Amino acid sequence: MELVLQLFNGLVSGSFYALLALGLSVIFGMLGVVNFAHGAFYMLGAVGAFVLLDTVGLSWWLALVVVPVVLGLVGMVFERLLVARLVRLDPLYNFLLTFGIALILQDVVRLRYGVQSQPYSRPELLDGQVNLGLFVYPKYQVFVLVFSVVVSVLVWLVLTKTRVGMIVRASTERPELTRALGIDVRRWVTPVFGFGIALAGLAGVLAAPMRAVNSGMGGDLIITIFAVVVIGGLGSVFGSVAAGYLVGMLSAVGNLYASAFSQSLVFVLMALVLLLRPAGLFGREEGVRA
Amino acid sequence: MATRLKSAATLVAVGALIAGCGGGPQSGGGKVSGDAVKLGVITDLSGVYSELAGEHAVEAVKMAVDDFKARHKDDAVTQNIEVTQADHQNKPEIANTAAREMYDRDGVDAIFDVPTSSAALAIATVAGQQKKMYFNIGAATTELTGAQCNPYTYHYAYDTYMLAHGTGTTVTEQGAKNWYIIYPDYAFGQDMNKSFTEAIEAAGGTVGVADPTPFPNDNFSTFMTKAPNLNPKPDVLGAMQAGGDLVNVVKQYNEFGLKEKGVGLAVGLMFDTDIASIGVESLAGTLYTTAWFWNMDDESREWADKFKERTGSRPTFDHAANYSAATQYLEAVQRAGTDDADAVREELDGNEFSDFFARNGKIRAEDHRVVHDSYLVKVKEPDQVKEDYDFTELVETIPADEAFREPTGCDMG
Repeated sequence: MELVLQLFNGLVSGSFYALLALGLSVIFGMLGVVNFAHGAFYMLGAVGAFVLLDTVGLSWWLALVVVPVVLGLVGMVFERLLVARLVRLDPLYNFLLTFGIALILQDVVRLRYGVQSQPYSRPELLDGQVNLGLFVYPKYQVFVLVFSVVVSVLVWLVLTKTRVGMIVRASTERPELTRALGIDVRRWVTPVFGFGIALAGLAGVLAAPMRAVNSGMGGDLIITIFAVVVIGGLGSVFGSVAAGYLVGMLSAVGNLYASAFSQSLVFVLMALVLLLRPAGLFGREEGVRA
Repeated sequence: MATRLKSAATLVAVGALIAGCGGGPQSGGGKVSGDAVKLGVITDLSGVYSELAGEHAVEAVKMAVDDFKARHKDDAVTQNIEVTQADHQNKPEIANTAAREMYDRDGVDAIFDVPTSSAALAIATVAGQQKKMYFNIGAATTELTGAQCNPYTYHYAYDTYMLAHGTGTTVTEQGAKNWYIIYPDYAFGQDMNKSFTEAIEAAGGTVGVADPTPFPNDNFSTFMTKAPNLNPKPDVLGAMQAGGDLVNVVKQYNEFGLKEKGVGLAVGLMFDTDIASIGVESLAGTLYTTAWFWNMDDESREWADKFKERTGSRPTFDHAANYSAATQYLEAVQRAGTDDADAVREELDGNEFSDFFARNGKIRAEDHRVVHDSYLVKVKEPDQVKEDYDFTELVETIPADEAFREPTGCDMG
């Protein structure tokens, strides 16, 4: 019973990993860019929700829509202005660019709001507990889990069932061939980048009511997210989501049985995966062979 | 594809390591001049403690210098008093270098503040070796006045014993006999856990379970779901986390409805800045122990008003203690007529004093613990808050001679 509860805890924290890893993964798939600024956009999501509440009194529900859309647009501008220029060069350039951007974004928020966390309370509708049969659980956290699963499934449906998704997948896996078939791959790069950033922002808004909202919140998380993406398989959409929930559960169980060791567990798993299945748990062997 | 995938995976793994390491070292500056008294403030100017200590701690020391000069005018031992600062980024190795540079290169006579226990202990070692004055204010470890004490190190504001003795003892005596403690797994947290366990057991309570938590950590659901299911069920959850981690603990404590499930909350160390982050409504009624709070009486408020004029915000107890320590140091220099460390030490040791921060203060010669009244307080109900940062309500004053532990394990040599 205790274990079931902990696994459920893990699924909730895994929700954040999944959303973030998903965005990171589609960006990598499409552009081959490892976006180091992903954690900073997650932070901007949470801080953005706070700023909108603080200045114009925008409710959390609206922030859930507004913040990801705005950050998605910011992401698209960022891709057009900076990332696109470096994409043809060694991946290191974009790696350094996004790392630098992450530091700048963090420091800008710190200059304005300091290092202390900003207060953000739960939406009233989701206050309190709900009986899930096996156990009673905070409503808000159940919402986070359901919401992230729904978003992940929607993204998966879009990618597998629609024409847009087909093009994105084709561009991800065989860019040259896709281009040869007369499809303008470039056209889809910017929207996909923006979409990945919007997912990070969405995760940030979801985090605001249950976690400390401050400039450093993304920096702490991004390291785990990278491990998640590597474990799931770089560029694998299903893999990153599955690995997100898996890593969440692993940390929760680790917390219970081996607290001192729990933070290393993720990286031990990452090392094992790199050693035994370099393409990741759900990465396609095909991708490695090609 | 294969190479791209592999090199990207390596890149990500390496990146994760780089991100974990943070920035490079940074050192403080300052002019060397022979006939000046120099005060150095080593603190966290950019990290997690930069608001509860940080820049405003430097400002508090400068305030003390200005007030000292104004008070003594021509009688002052010197009007030439300088304040320098350095950022130690909460890292012991950077703190060590900064302290050496201050004492050796800048001719600093006394170092102040230094939050983070490991960094605080690193500087104590330097002060002992160089025979230069050091007033620790921002760190909590009792080691500074225990096994690692030395004749040149003073511990001014608070320590883990004081926090545990106030909160742990009182909450247990009020009937919360069975505790569940969660503490961050590093020096400060371990020290807090030890001090609280001792205080709780001495008051007739028990610590059923004490769990270390990862640091830093944003997900405490494991411990929140565990708490009410423990057998026997704990009366109170003792949270030893600080800063952002504490915010996460309290948010999740409320979310999991532990209060309704009969598990109370006691917090080990809390600053006004933390209460502002969490929100009074989430914390109302929570007991904790503090060395001082800005609106506890008129004398304190008067100083806090002056502080606000200079800095634009209300002081934490760290800021107030920095002012008080710098003042006591300068007055000792004045009495000794020199900034020679050994002469100043003689003036300080055993000295009894009282100022707006330290009531019934005494500088214990045996271990250099500065004892003073401390305060068991609770967070106000939201409708009682009358102005910004008006968070704290006094429950009980703990007299100076009870607030701190007896000299233990210190050999000045």
